[in-house]
Amino acid sequence: MSKHHVSTTINGEPTEFLCEPQLTLLDVLRDELHLTGSKEGCSSGDCGACSVMVDGRLVCSCLMLAVEAEGHAIETIEGLARGHDLHPLQRKFLEHAALQCGFCTPGLLVAAKALLDRNPNPTETETRYWLAGNLCRCTGYDKVIRAVLDAAAELRGE
Amino acid sequence: MLNYIAPSTVEEAVRILAGASGVAKVLSGGTDLLVQLRSGRTKPDLIVDIKKIPGISGIRERDGAFVIGAATPGAVIGECEALRQAWPGVVEAANLIGSTQVQGRASLAGNLCNASPAADSVPALIAARATCVIAGANGRREVPVESIATGPGRTSLRADEFIIEFHLPKRPPHSADAYLRFIPRTEMDIAVVGAGVSVTLDSGGACTDARVVLGAVAPTAILVPEAAAALIGRTLDETALAALHQAARRACKPIDDKRGTIEFRTKVAGVMTRRAAVIAYERAGER
Repeated sequence: MSKHHVSTTINGEPTEFLCEPQLTLLDVLRDELHLTGSKEGCSSGDCGACSVMVDGRLVCSCLMLAVEAEGHAIETIEGLARGHDLHPLQRKFLEHAALQCGFCTPGLLVAAKALLDRNPNPTETETRYWLAGNLCRCTGYDKVIRAVLDAAAELRGE
Repeated sequence: MLNYIAPSTVEEAVRILAGASGVAKVLSGGTDLLVQLRSGRTKPDLIVDIKKIPGISGIRERDGAFVIGAATPGAVIGECEALRQAWPGVVEAANLIGSTQVQGRASLAGNLCNASPAADSVPALIAARATCVIAGANGRREVPVESIATGPGRTSLRADEFIIEFHLPKRPPHSADAYLRFIPRTEMDIAVVGAGVSVTLDSGGACTDARVVLGAVAPTAILVPEAAAALIGRTLDETALAALHQAARRACKPIDDKRGTIEFRTKVAGVMTRRAAVIAYERAGER
């Protein structure tokens, strides 16, 4: 099977990889590039655990072929913290205990970051609808929502 | 063995599709195609990714009419204020598809060519008299959206053809559309019934033009002229609403499945059509 050469940018770093055409972006992130923060929950775009940003758009990396990343800028959960400094969303998830098993957490954080980048002051309803594609089987969502709204307030300087 | 190619022009894409041996699939947002690849429901030999073609994604306005590129993601459609003003029903239908993540990729052409009877954007597009421009080995043709899906998973497109853009006409004054779907939860589900209604009113509030389309109650989305006839020439009085409700119910040819029984779908189709008509009327009266 012929492999494709793909040039992309991942978390600001120019990145190249070889991949077979049927591999998803998630497959390559995890298995080739060893960026295992993005999780494989459903492989059908239902759970959001594999959420990444592509050119500033939130997408499921399981619903995108790796070859489609050619020429595009990808941001993953690994790009959220600055070294040892957690992003406010990450800190608030810890403070509010907005995670239990943690499997959905990277996707929720990437999706929440995408929301706050567009809308620094979302309502609870807007937040719940925005995150409807991120499934969590532990928390019941309330703590997640509280953490996101609290992080938004902190980012606004309140 | 699967191959992938991303042509940079419409002509190159057509040439590749026309010359493909085996099964070729056109890739737009991929939110249906990748799921089908993974499950083995489709086993193509070639994937032709159209997203490198200039203009295939994006929205252009010309004298009040709109051109929507085939691969334009739902999120981009939702952010286009001028389109939302002119065609609120089309935009709300496109934005109902999947999650925020799915909206980042999913396109109108994909929703149409996946040919699910429950596709949310399709009833709204048909109600809007949307057309699509198809490119193929014999050149380009423009056809109504309702001529594309021929049954679940089947389209009228030939193997060398793909959709390059959608056209939405300029709106007369006092015109608006609406789309409603029934699902048993608030987000992230597939329509049990969908209803798209587009109306134009005269200055007195009487309907001069109407289109009513139902989704998920037949093998394809269905245009219901009898339902439109119940509206035309009338204001939205109780007699018109009752006639609309009955016409929508009579047009249903649904299946029983896990999402709803024949009886339930038929009943809900009447209710959704009626509610969508009320919303379309209210919107039309405001403009």
